[in-house]
Amino acid sequence: MKKNFRGLFFTPYVLWLAMFVIAPVALIFYYSFFDIHHNFTLANYQEFFTSGTYLTMTANSVLYAFLITLFAILISYPMALVISKLKHRDLWILLVILPTWINLLLKAYAFIGLLSHDGLVNELFQFFGLPIQHMLFTDASFILVAAYIQIPFMILPIYNSLTDISNSYIRASRDLGATKWQTLTKVIIPMTLPGIKSGIQIVFIPSLSLFMLSRLIGGNKVITLGTAVEEHFLTTMNWGMGSTIGVVLIISMVIVMLLTNTKRKRRRA
Amino acid sequence: MKKFLAAFIAILALCGGLAYGSNQLTKSTGDTGNKVLNLYNWGDYIDPALLTKFQKETGYHVNVETFDSNEAMYTKIKQGGTSYDLTVPSEYMVEKMKTDHMLIPLDKSRLTGMNNYGSSFMNKSFDRGNKYSIPYFWGTLGIIYNDQSIKPGSLEHWNQLWSTKYRNDIMLIDSARDIMGFSLISMGKSVNTTNSAELIKAKDKLNQLSPNVKAVVADEIKMYMAEGEAPVAVDWSGEASEMMSQNSHLHYVVPTEGSNMWFDNLVIPKTAKHFKAIYAFLNFMSKPENAAQNAEYIGYSTPNTTAYKLLPKNIRDDKQFYPDQKVIDRLQVYSNLSPQKVQEYNDLYLEFKMHH
Repeated sequence: MKKNFRGLFFTPYVLWLAMFVIAPVALIFYYSFFDIHHNFTLANYQEFFTSGTYLTMTANSVLYAFLITLFAILISYPMALVISKLKHRDLWILLVILPTWINLLLKAYAFIGLLSHDGLVNELFQFFGLPIQHMLFTDASFILVAAYIQIPFMILPIYNSLTDISNSYIRASRDLGATKWQTLTKVIIPMTLPGIKSGIQIVFIPSLSLFMLSRLIGGNKVITLGTAVEEHFLTTMNWGMGSTIGVVLIISMVIVMLLTNTKRKRRRA
Repeated sequence: MKKFLAAFIAILALCGGLAYGSNQLTKSTGDTGNKVLNLYNWGDYIDPALLTKFQKETGYHVNVETFDSNEAMYTKIKQGGTSYDLTVPSEYMVEKMKTDHMLIPLDKSRLTGMNNYGSSFMNKSFDRGNKYSIPYFWGTLGIIYNDQSIKPGSLEHWNQLWSTKYRNDIMLIDSARDIMGFSLISMGKSVNTTNSAELIKAKDKLNQLSPNVKAVVADEIKMYMAEGEAPVAVDWSGEASEMMSQNSHLHYVVPTEGSNMWFDNLVIPKTAKHFKAIYAFLNFMSKPENAAQNAEYIGYSTPNTTAYKLLPKNIRDDKQFYPDQKVIDRLQVYSNLSPQKVQEYNDLYLEFKMHH
């Protein structure tokens, strides 16, 4: 009786998982084995791993995602560190999260306004007598905007792991003669590694397929796997190839998860 | 717990209220009353004054719903559950909907005013004999330039885009067919070619254009051009007319060696129900004075040649939107390609976009 009751409670979650997690992933796998005429085939995978276009695109995507994640960490870590030391840190962290309440498209358009030929940044440049820069549609602007959009997702886990560190560890390291720098590198950073790792997991994968930003800010001079997925689903209606790219993205996510999960395993052992 | 429950109930009530409200607001969808016509159109693509006039003349109320891409419209009609009486696909989509049996043939005996349409705009490859479609607006693919940095008259041919003068100056509309198309035309080939060697040559030629390409963008191209972000763009005449209304320094040219000619067409989808209203509306829109009023409001080119004669002189003489017959004769209409060829065009186009 009791067991049945428990099973009843569990049913909604199983249904939820089946419908919204397992079924979509299974469908992506399923579609990836079909060509445009609905014939079963492995050709999509063969094409993906033999065509120079897709391999270059994958390399490009990984490179850009890496750079975006790197810049996000470089900006987020010091920021999270400073915020965690502030008096009204909850208010400050709220301000950091605030931009995520704004639609991504609006943020992209705001950056167009800032970076465009007659935009705010160029007006400032002119004010200081600097020449007008063409900033839109460059790799740098794409990485900047993408990193900006990902920063809240990087700061939050780092901030949480920072606030989790008990002050006694830091006091202990000082008492034992560590300099400020040594406390940071030997105590604080190692203890916040799990936060950094979850930040990487949240930021890296979406960065592999930022198709809208790569068009709006990158002017399609930055082509990522997301661009190809969009094209296969919307223009050529080749869902098989689109799904194949989706599968590749899922597999890369698994790889990133495995690479960033070593710590927890060791602890369990 | 009590607080939580109260909050939960409040949220549920709010959701319910919003659902009811949105239901009331969208109730017009699929209105099945007798005196209505459900028109599924592109956004802001008909003069609202005409709809009022139509209701006054015939008593039919027109419900307008809008879409923003042919593919979105196609999917929505194909999925069913709608009751659209008329829709406005572009030429290749007419062909696709026709082959997918999604269109109802026009009953020619109930149509009047068909002789108002110019022969250059009828009986096109996508719908021979206009069995399913009546042209609504037409336009071209061309070059838009800003006269602040480019002397008017100095940029009139596709091949000039490759000139080193325009380093990092050109914006392209993100459309495989159109970009491959102008490359093909610049080599004197057909925009509907299925010859792989020609397509690869067209892509190689585009690769040489990349140093001049500033960006490949979609709808934003209008905003960028109006703000002067780039001096040159390749885009459709309809988009050009919108840019030009925002920035008077912009000009549009249709290269004389040829270009693409596109059509948006009124068709009756399978979901249609109010046939009396449909034919009343089609005949109403074919009337020269109405077509002229619509063309003046939208700013696109009308295929209704009798209506064209009613337009103000400055519009009639505008070679940007009403090119000479000689140029019109050289324009090519897209035909619906097989899925493999669509894929081939898109793959090559993607390779071009990746080329730096």
